[in-house]
Amino acid sequence: MPADQRIAAATGTPRDPSQAPTYSVYGAAWSGWAFVAVALTLLGIFVIGPFIMSLGLSFTNQRLVQNPNVPVQWIGLRNYVRLFEDPEFWNALKNTALFALIVVPIQSALSLSLAMLINSSLPGRNVFRTIYFLPVIITMTIICVIWGALYIFPGGALNSALSWLTFGALDPVNWLGDRNFALAAIILCSIWASVGFQMVIYLAGLQNIPEELYEAARLDEASGWQQFKWITMPMLRPTHVFVLIATTIFCFKLFTQVQILTQGGPRGATNTLVRYIYVNGFSELRVGYASAATVVFLLIVLAIAMIQRAIVGTDEA
Amino acid sequence: MTNPCMVALRYGLKTVAAMIVLAPIMVMIAASFKSGAFTIVSDFSSWRALWVSEPTLDNYTRVLSGAVVPFLRVMFNTILIVTSIVVVGVFVNSACAYGLARFGLRFRTVILALIIALIILPLEAIAVPLLLLVNRMGITDTYIVQIIPFIAHPFSIFLFYQFVQQIPRDLDEAAIMDGASPFRIWLSIILPLSAPIVATVAILQGLEYWNSYLWPLMVTRSDDVRPVSVAVAIFFERDPKEWGEIMAFSVMASLPIVVAYLAFQRVFIRSAMSSAVKG
Repeated sequence: MPADQRIAAATGTPRDPSQAPTYSVYGAAWSGWAFVAVALTLLGIFVIGPFIMSLGLSFTNQRLVQNPNVPVQWIGLRNYVRLFEDPEFWNALKNTALFALIVVPIQSALSLSLAMLINSSLPGRNVFRTIYFLPVIITMTIICVIWGALYIFPGGALNSALSWLTFGALDPVNWLGDRNFALAAIILCSIWASVGFQMVIYLAGLQNIPEELYEAARLDEASGWQQFKWITMPMLRPTHVFVLIATTIFCFKLFTQVQILTQGGPRGATNTLVRYIYVNGFSELRVGYASAATVVFLLIVLAIAMIQRAIVGTDEA
Repeated sequence: MTNPCMVALRYGLKTVAAMIVLAPIMVMIAASFKSGAFTIVSDFSSWRALWVSEPTLDNYTRVLSGAVVPFLRVMFNTILIVTSIVVVGVFVNSACAYGLARFGLRFRTVILALIIALIILPLEAIAVPLLLLVNRMGITDTYIVQIIPFIAHPFSIFLFYQFVQQIPRDLDEAAIMDGASPFRIWLSIILPLSAPIVATVAILQGLEYWNSYLWPLMVTRSDDVRPVSVAVAIFFERDPKEWGEIMAFSVMASLPIVVAYLAFQRVFIRSAMSSAVKG
């Protein structure tokens, strides 16, 4: 890890935590527990607690506001059965997966391209970097509002720009109101909003590639494409893994954009897993049922994280 | 890369990309200075969407008067909530990292592994049971419910822990010789030395909750505690849409964070980069 090495070099004491002096000099162990107590208590109550609750609640008929005549009961797997029988759940899952499947490759490729474009000694690098990262700073709800204006049908800015670029060949599209285009509209706005984040990650990755590799390649008269294929791409492998995994998890959390721009519509075309959980757990007060959907969501995130572990594991072995 | 054609091509591509990023923001700013709902909507369909011929501040004065949504109040709410999370969070998370790094606590590695595992656990995965919990606690529609669950932040603890590990123990030991208590060492040595991580953590945690929408949507009901992110959505959902006011609202709501970003952009970008360290 370069940061570690830099600090170790600066302090002149490369340290191995396992060879640390005994803790007794810092005082009794109880004072150590005092330092970790607040954070661990908060994590226990507000993160681990709800996490365990969601597993338990998914087997009950718990409601947000319980009907006094209907006591909370264990109902076994009934929530899961009902969940898997609900076509709307599968639709939301399909939309979320489709969103991830389209956004992850496009956004990763785009962010890598942007990073490579500005990763040169040409002047103006910081200006472009600042601009590309700007949408990441703006609140997602405000981004949705702006894109809501661009998507106005038929006379919105996007329709006009597309018609101008194609010399009028494209008819105006009802971006948010047409089943066939609503998800595309959400995708476009989402990529615009967060491509700058991945670009910065790639920029960090590119800057870690030693310049000597490219110098050696140029001596061997390697073309630009060959340098990209044989140096840039392999050297970026850890960055690719991080970007792909982080973006995939990010995509599975899709909620704000669809809630504000389409409310999951038209006719469910942009409903997502998190919105399904939100509607069932919050709007319809069915906490037990929504917990079952939450467990499915959790398993998906866990599976994605396990894939990352596996890839990183084989890399380091 | 000295070929002038290649340089020109690079700049061309970079400029096109910059325009695509900036155009929607320009549309927002331009519309916020226009009057007349009809003019604004008809302007959206042409190049006039990008500029203003007769700028007016009407939209801004109307938003500030708070007729639809009390702008100043919701802005204050967001700033109060995010600042509380960040400031209290820095102390709590740094203390936790110090405790884990320096005292050789029993189960230390287990706790650390647990904290690292929690990094990937998204709020969305616990939102519903958490809602039930805060509902039972009777703290919905307050500031507290938007602050307290997010103070302890696994990723911040992890970043602090990594950093504290690198601070030479000689410093602590010298302080112990001088009779400093563990609390004193944390407050006067560890925390000040962690300044770069404090900045990173403040920005990452701050942006996360500046952006949060799902949670405040579920737990707030009144403008007294509602953050900007929810208020702007409410404003947007009203029909007929007053685009001028919506955009003026959006511009003013973005202003504080954008100014902070432009002033400290290196720190922002460095923070984003450090979110990619692997566990």
